[in-house]
Amino acid sequence: MTDLSLARAKPDAPRREPLRLPLVWLGVLPFAAFALLFLIWPTLHIVLGAFQTPEGGFTLRNLAGLFSPQILGAFWISIKVSVMTAALGCLIGFVLAAAVMRGGLPRGLRDAMLTFSGVASNFAGVPLAFAFIATLGRLGLVTVLLRDWFGINLYATGFNLISFAGLTLVYLYFQIPLMILIVTPALDGLRREWREAAASLGASGAQYWRMVALPVLWPSFLGTFALLFANAFGAVATAMALTGSSLSIVPIILFAQIRGDVLQDPHLGYAVAFGMIVLTGIANLVYIVLRSRAERWLK
Amino acid sequence: MIRSTRLWSWIAFALGAAYFLLPLAGMFEFSLRARRGEYSFQAYRNVLGDPQFLATFGYSVLMAGFTIVLGVLIVAPTAFWVRLKLPGLRPVIEFVTLLPLVIPPIVIVFGYIRLYNTSSWLPLTGSALGTDFLLMCGYATLSLPYMYRAVDTGLRTIDIRTLTEAAQSLGAGWITILGRLILPNVFVAVMSGAFLTFAIVIGEYVFAALLNRPAFGPYMVWMGSNKAYEPAALAVIAFSVTWACMALIQLATRFQKFTKASC
Amino acid sequence: MAYLDLANLEKSFGPTRVVRDFTLAVGKGEFVSLLGPSGCGKTTVLRMVAGFEAPTAGSIRIDGQPVTDLPPNRRQIGMVFQAYALFPNLTVAENVAFGLKVQGVARAEREARVTEMLRLIGLPDLGGRYPFQLSGGQQQRVALARALAPRPRVLLLDEPLSALDAKVRVSLRSEIRAIQRDLGITTIFVTHDQEEAMSISDRIVVMNGGIAEQVGAPFQIYNRPATRFVAQFVGTLNTLAARLLDPGQGTVAVGDAVLSLDRPLERPAGSTVTLALRPEALRLGHVPGHDAVLPARIAEVEFLGSVIRVRAEVGGNMLSLDTFNRADAPPPAPGSLVQLSAAGRDFILLDD
Repeated sequence: MTDLSLARAKPDAPRREPLRLPLVWLGVLPFAAFALLFLIWPTLHIVLGAFQTPEGGFTLRNLAGLFSPQILGAFWISIKVSVMTAALGCLIGFVLAAAVMRGGLPRGLRDAMLTFSGVASNFAGVPLAFAFIATLGRLGLVTVLLRDWFGINLYATGFNLISFAGLTLVYLYFQIPLMILIVTPALDGLRREWREAAASLGASGAQYWRMVALPVLWPSFLGTFALLFANAFGAVATAMALTGSSLSIVPIILFAQIRGDVLQDPHLGYAVAFGMIVLTGIANLVYIVLRSRAERWLK
Repeated sequence: MIRSTRLWSWIAFALGAAYFLLPLAGMFEFSLRARRGEYSFQAYRNVLGDPQFLATFGYSVLMAGFTIVLGVLIVAPTAFWVRLKLPGLRPVIEFVTLLPLVIPPIVIVFGYIRLYNTSSWLPLTGSALGTDFLLMCGYATLSLPYMYRAVDTGLRTIDIRTLTEAAQSLGAGWITILGRLILPNVFVAVMSGAFLTFAIVIGEYVFAALLNRPAFGPYMVWMGSNKAYEPAALAVIAFSVTWACMALIQLATRFQKFTKASC
Repeated sequence: MAYLDLANLEKSFGPTRVVRDFTLAVGKGEFVSLLGPSGCGKTTVLRMVAGFEAPTAGSIRIDGQPVTDLPPNRRQIGMVFQAYALFPNLTVAENVAFGLKVQGVARAEREARVTEMLRLIGLPDLGGRYPFQLSGGQQQRVALARALAPRPRVLLLDEPLSALDAKVRVSLRSEIRAIQRDLGITTIFVTHDQEEAMSISDRIVVMNGGIAEQVGAPFQIYNRPATRFVAQFVGTLNTLAARLLDPGQGTVAVGDAVLSLDRPLERPAGSTVTLALRPEALRLGHVPGHDAVLPARIAEVEFLGSVIRVRAEVGGNMLSLDTFNRADAPPPAPGSLVQLSAAGRDFILLDD
């Protein structure tokens, strides 16, 4: 399909001038068709559906339904998890990256860290949940070791992997590496001459960080926070494999709704999906804006 | 470098390493516990002998293959064409390829189900084959950002304009140019995109579960709620596959550095 | 006691000795250039004075005070980098004020000083701009203002013009010199461009392989190079192989031509020596007072307007000379045989 249209385009083009312009656009037709059919239209369908009644008329009733205690509660939990894992991911990721890049550790550790981060940021979903269950579940390796070696009964302290805290802990496994991958080039962008210029002007190390380095890194930081937020908000498989459906985060609600209309209102599902898109969309917008600002400074 | 900074750095690194390595260790250790009282590979034997495992893993591998082919066929010519003829369109194309990262996959598959169900103009979900096709397109959509970025980076390093003009002056048509000239030169870039796609498809859950297809992701979840030790073995297998893909990507990019022909 | 005293500085990175036994006394308000090819150690010496590298041996004193063990932020130096190194998150005014802010200077005084510095560098209206909005030359001027604002004792410049366009380089270097003179600040300037060093320095230190080959005023260095390296690195140099005939009289033979160098030479008779001659010491034709005459064949003539650049071959050696245009005397044609003359005492004897 693709190749024939391209082949047909070429011989005609030099001959008839007025027809040249539209024919060039044929080259992006397959991509456009694919994107429309399998990306843009399905999403738009959902977005529009959020504003439609089953009969097809315009309504805001679906959106209003979002503010029911059950749904609002789910959004609240999702937001909490996402903010928590984004904040912790940023902080811990930054500390780790700074430690390896600037903390006087051997050079080889940097490559090892980056490679591992590349793998770990993709190690999400079901296998990750299994790995954590195998480690911190009731019969997990660390749970058993803590009991046998240190006499600490982990689950007696109230800790439970299948909980908000547990989910946060598991999510961090791919959030932290993502932060490391993004902040490492930013740290690289901190030029040595800035440190030296600051020193030559009388600034101590702390003053340099406070007045130059941190302000320069700040947009990267904030932007990555937004990205991590969006990342956590949309994650489904990990949560499902870990908590089943016991933790009511938004994607799980939506999942259940799609599977079996548990909300008794198909268009409410649209609204939930729309809410998700709005939140992740805003977060990504923030990320893009801050990233371009950061790139301008770190050039 | 002050002593204390280095000490704290080592502490931070050690804690980080512990956090990241313990789950891997736990996963591996747990998978060996199938036989009571002793370590064995029983869980792995159970998994590998399970016909469901072979069926779903095989299904996902096949899907990954088709997805890669579809992805390459859609992305490579488009990236090439846009670079050559429509450079003004590049930002638009890039934006579109980043959408799958912004829109949560669950929303996209929701859209598929609503749009292509049996009462729509394209009733894909009506048949198994149709749903398989839909799933493949969904996977291709998910891997679009990575595939496009890989190919685009590959194209950036070769001067396609000059190559194309040289080929045209020698009488080559578009198919020849694409197939014989462009694709071989961006082969390595395409390879990294392919491995990433493979890793994504193998572990994918949401699309497969909601479209009810027998893929590896839903199989793993089913095992998780039904068996004790086999899920850990599955996790080890899945992690190894991801790791292998990343390693192959590194290998491919390093290979490219040595065989880069200067243009 | 010199204002800036560098005594027997040594620096090794592992087994490599990058700076060897470097001694220099810089007077207050003096402008000294460290000149040499890349890798000669000039930047390392500068960074040791700044405090970014610790010398393996030797000491540094500023105004009598030993600073060798002081960290860079306590030495009261100002540094200008090749890559400008302006803080991207601060405006021009905030960049210039940085050193004052760190010292805890009050805001009113800070702002007054910033205004003064911006006027000094000729950019009074750019206080509110950010570095990425400025050109390279502007950024470097701001970097200079920033370094000078806290009134440092010594100003250090590390190849500040190398990243700029040729035209900006030329105009900025005289600006730097003018500002330095104005403020009377002791300055060390590192560069690999000999024209740059010669045009603005009080003294030049020519460095090669970690040691200082010669220290002196530009006039000195150019006309009386102490070593072959200095002679060849600074300015253009013509070289000729000659055979020593009479050491006492200083008579040599270049091919068949016999010249007198007008001074006794301390080499054995019959030995081969290398003579060096600056292009401006050569004249076309036999000019009175220039009695060392060499027969030559014209190889190339470039008519540049007021100057005619001639390259001529003398017994296997290619010499270049410049001569002024004279309306009544057309330039010689390539291939023609001419005589070149120089004064005997203008020949420099290079030690091989």
